[in-house]
Amino acid sequence: MRSTLTDRPIDTGALIAEVSRAGNGATLLFIGTVRDVNDDRPVTGIEYSAYRSMAEREMADIVREAGEKFETNDIVVEHRLGELMLGEASVAIAVAHARRGAAYEASRYVIEQLKKRVPIWKLEHYLDGTREWVGAGGQRVAESVR
Amino acid sequence: MTVTVLLFASYADTLGKNQLELDLTSGATVSDLLGHVRAMPGAGRLPPEPLVAVNERYAQRSQVLAPGDEVAIIPPVAGG
Repeated sequence: MRSTLTDRPIDTGALIAEVSRAGNGATLLFIGTVRDVNDDRPVTGIEYSAYRSMAEREMADIVREAGEKFETNDIVVEHRLGELMLGEASVAIAVAHARRGAAYEASRYVIEQLKKRVPIWKLEHYLDGTREWVGAGGQRVAESVR
Repeated sequence: MTVTVLLFASYADTLGKNQLELDLTSGATVSDLLGHVRAMPGAGRLPPEPLVAVNERYAQRSQVLAPGDEVAIIPPVAGG
């Protein structure tokens, strides 16, 4: 089990390798990427920031909870911080398990809890040059900061 | 007693800083701290019930603070 905040591009292949073991019959990789539109507005990139120490602790808690709940130690999560371009991976979750059902559930648990609890924020950059902080559910929470 | 308040993302923009020290009376709660922050210039745009973490753990309004606590006021999270 591992969870990491990183300032560099996520190597998703390395995540899969990290959870692979002969006893696992199912391996899943979830990748969250930067989308080109939010709320009908064209997006050109996203800047991710975090309350780093707490975010690391919450991510570690979530991975441990998922491991206990779904009985696997083979869970790795990385979340990217900093400036990301369209299509780049902001988060990747690799889960491996003896059985596919538990692997899907564990992967889902990790991403849903991460989106709920981990103190990470995104500042969206739009085609028209403005930037806004995005809240949960894609709702904008502040006026333009530019 | 002195506690450190951390602000992030939209809240840091709203208050124009990302960290401050607050001098509170002994026995002050998270709720009391929010009252002090709310009185600061620019704080009018904080929501009525922001999420708060004390020493990196989400905390209730009623939690009593201790000297040196690190209190973070947490905007709606948007990871993933």
